[in-house]
Amino acid sequence: MSDSTCQSKQKNSPNLTPLERQFIVCTQKGLPIVSEPYRAIAEQLQMSVEQTLAMADDLLQRGIIRRIAAVPNHYRAGYIFNGMTVWDVKDDEIHKFGNLVGKLPFVSHCYRRPRKLPEWNYNLFAMIHGKNEQQISEYRTQIKELLADVLQSNAGKSNDMLTSSKILKKTGLRLQSK
Amino acid sequence: MMDELDKKILNRAQLGIPVSDKPFADIAEELGCSEQQILSKLQDMLADGLLSRFGPMYDAASLGGAFTLAAIDVPEHRFDEVTEIVNSFSQVAHNYKRQHQLNMWFVVGTESQQEIDSVIKDIEQQTQLSVLNFPKEEEFYVRLYLPV
Repeated sequence: MSDSTCQSKQKNSPNLTPLERQFIVCTQKGLPIVSEPYRAIAEQLQMSVEQTLAMADDLLQRGIIRRIAAVPNHYRAGYIFNGMTVWDVKDDEIHKFGNLVGKLPFVSHCYRRPRKLPEWNYNLFAMIHGKNEQQISEYRTQIKELLADVLQSNAGKSNDMLTSSKILKKTGLRLQSK
Repeated sequence: MMDELDKKILNRAQLGIPVSDKPFADIAEELGCSEQQILSKLQDMLADGLLSRFGPMYDAASLGGAFTLAAIDVPEHRFDEVTEIVNSFSQVAHNYKRQHQLNMWFVVGTESQQEIDSVIKDIEQQTQLSVLNFPKEEEFYVRLYLPV
């Protein structure tokens, strides 16, 4: 780990204990790929391995940790195409159908966001990833079929897909350590 | 090139490893290889850049701070200049050019909601363009899986 200390600021962290914040600061850059990865974390936090595992479990249960996993570089894994699909979904159906869209394995982000009428009538955003344009277009069609009965059009089209033509900036979002 | 074992390991590791004292040994047993193979292959993939990272994926919002997605309709002849202004804000984490009338889309991440509003106001002032703010109203749980 490149962090030499695990001290962290104690502000702006809803429902996190100071120790949990330290756990996050220690692990947000990654977990060491060694036989017993939690041992090093436990030492840094001056806890037992058992306590550290219990904390990780608890953070998972609470949804603060989504999963502990390998994150492939999209481009290197061959997923060089992405599309931000946007949909005009009936307000009273969006909770149910947003969850269904999020469960599709090719969707990396899925949010309800506000419409900005008249120029923007879409309230559901789903980012999709594929290996070629055809795949992206098939994925978009799959979402369209899923949403068929709940799409509408508030003075616009019922959906669109914005492909990215250039990455202008990409940095990580991190909890800052002191 | 990735061999079959590399692919199996990468696909399995994307789904999430168990919380246990020896999680890689657990996966090894499942895949029928050795713990050492898992460790060295994952280390190589990380060093090689095939993996962006390995570890807990945190829900950004529960770490505190505030985030939003924002967009600008940038006149094509001003695109480079506006890119420079927007990217100069350390609170702008990602910025993409997209094929649409709203052709610039960026994520703002700050310590507080107040700071989001002030970053957006500053960007509007410096670019003399309107920024459309699309804060998330609901986040839907995703299970991205990119099989190799």
